[in-house]
Amino acid sequence: MHDLSKAPDLATGLFVFLLATLLGLEVVRRVSPLLHTPLMSLTNAISAIAVIVAIELSGGPSTIGIVLGTLALIAAMTNVLGGFLITDRMLKMFKSREARK
Amino acid sequence: MILLASSEVAQQELGFGFFASLAAAGLFVYSLKWLSHPSTARRGVLAGEIGMALAILAALLTVWNMPNGSGFGWILIGTLLGAAAGIPMAVFMPMTAVPQRTALSHAFGALAAALVGMAHYYIHYFVIFPDPDHVSYGKDAHPLTMAFLCFEVLLGALTFTGSLMAFGKLQELIPTRPITYPYQNFFNLALLGVALLIGVLLVIYPGQTWLFPIFVILALIFGVLLIIPIGGADMPTVISLLNSYAGLSASMMGFVLDMPLLIVAGALDGSSGLILSIIMCKAMNRSFLNVLFGAFGQVQESSAQTTQKQVKASSTEEAAMLLESARSVVVVPGYGMAVAQAQHAVRELYDALSKLGVDVKFAIHPVAGRMPGHMNVLLAEAEIPYDRLVEMDDINPEFPQVDVVLIIGANDVVNPAARHDKSSPIFGMPILDVDRAQTVLVIKRSMKPGFAGVENELFYLDKTSMLFGDAKAVVAHLVKELKEA
Repeated sequence: MHDLSKAPDLATGLFVFLLATLLGLEVVRRVSPLLHTPLMSLTNAISAIAVIVAIELSGGPSTIGIVLGTLALIAAMTNVLGGFLITDRMLKMFKSREARK
Repeated sequence: MILLASSEVAQQELGFGFFASLAAAGLFVYSLKWLSHPSTARRGVLAGEIGMALAILAALLTVWNMPNGSGFGWILIGTLLGAAAGIPMAVFMPMTAVPQRTALSHAFGALAAALVGMAHYYIHYFVIFPDPDHVSYGKDAHPLTMAFLCFEVLLGALTFTGSLMAFGKLQELIPTRPITYPYQNFFNLALLGVALLIGVLLVIYPGQTWLFPIFVILALIFGVLLIIPIGGADMPTVISLLNSYAGLSASMMGFVLDMPLLIVAGALDGSSGLILSIIMCKAMNRSFLNVLFGAFGQVQESSAQTTQKQVKASSTEEAAMLLESARSVVVVPGYGMAVAQAQHAVRELYDALSKLGVDVKFAIHPVAGRMPGHMNVLLAEAEIPYDRLVEMDDINPEFPQVDVVLIIGANDVVNPAARHDKSSPIFGMPILDVDRAQTVLVIKRSMKPGFAGVENELFYLDKTSMLFGDAKAVVAHLVKELKEA
């Protein structure tokens, strides 16, 4: 269980945050405008990674953690399961002219 | 003994959980990289799924190893409820409703982040359910940790209500036009200021537990007020911005908990939302601040000078003949096509014209529709090949060689006033240069001005003919005429 009284590892955190943001900007810049809607649903599913913290809270010892954690788990799991599914559903529809024939 | 303890810690740090989250972070980056092109995009989804599965597996393992945990009961319940909400929505939702679903999913993601932040605060500062066994029992939260937690909850809470409002506007549960009142921006900023002040107080005095709910409530209210003055056509920018906030909130959670995977996933989401917002803003020639505080799209009363002019109405027979004899046709879809659910009728038109040997392309303006890429998804759903969908910058030089432009439910994005009329509210916005084509056909329900409340001079040009009626019905008529011909 996490200890709030501990100082966060600011240096490492900022380092990771900066690099991931730069990497994200470079990678996303190359995404075709054709796929901007699937891009948004995919990044949304990915940022539902909060689900892992919700899991640890709902399976944890604290009552308040279980209550709020389970609610968070429902919300995040909706995005994880729904987000990847709908992204794939959308991408399946994008066909080139050769593929259609 | 001390040595043993520290080696145990080291082992735990480099165990399955560590490698799973490392792999997940890498897979998430590749997931976005593979999305760059339709041919590799589905592989990207698979990479994201594997990364997510690994991370969830590691989290379940952590719970398994918890000496005093509550087991898997609640996890199962939460997962089942989440599946019950998420899976039907993903499988059955029509593509025209994708903007709404996206707004809703931003709301869920942000809610999860806010709830997790609240849980961590209240586990530490138990009020109703004390937990004396907790590691930090009786100790104050570290100010820096508390600052990140406050940002996490602030962004999560305001994105939650803001996205719900965006959902309401997209679903037309609430009026899509901007709702404004005097001193709105001043009031909103003052509210945000108070919320930030309480946040600062919480960082300094984290034990003042009465401040925390006020902080959360102010953030929730601010989210509502932020979206109220924003109109329907600004939704592409707003959805992108909310996407970015939801990601940032997840990143902040990573800072609070020292979990780099959360920081990476949140930063990827945040940067993606940022790029899309910038693209949307550029496509409307507006700044972030103007979108958020400008209350664009209020009905303006000042555009009466063009009303004396006459438009030329045309019949579907004439229009069909025009299309039939054309060598190249460019279709410009807009939000009106989505509203009329006309994408399948448009596909039939595409097939009919292609069969007659006409070269048909689709010109997609970046802000056409209610979210980035909205038109592309609709046309792809109707099985129009994606290589026929052309971006604004690529199609604009081609317009002088185009015989017929067919505009279906688009308005402001084809208004030539954006190029030359300095007094127009949309002046400077990049548009599709359809007025440079040989002839223009406009399918439109009525002469009502577009979202920006601006008269469109394109409709009054000699080369323009109007086809009044419901987009789906008019296109179906055109198809019928072409097949009979």
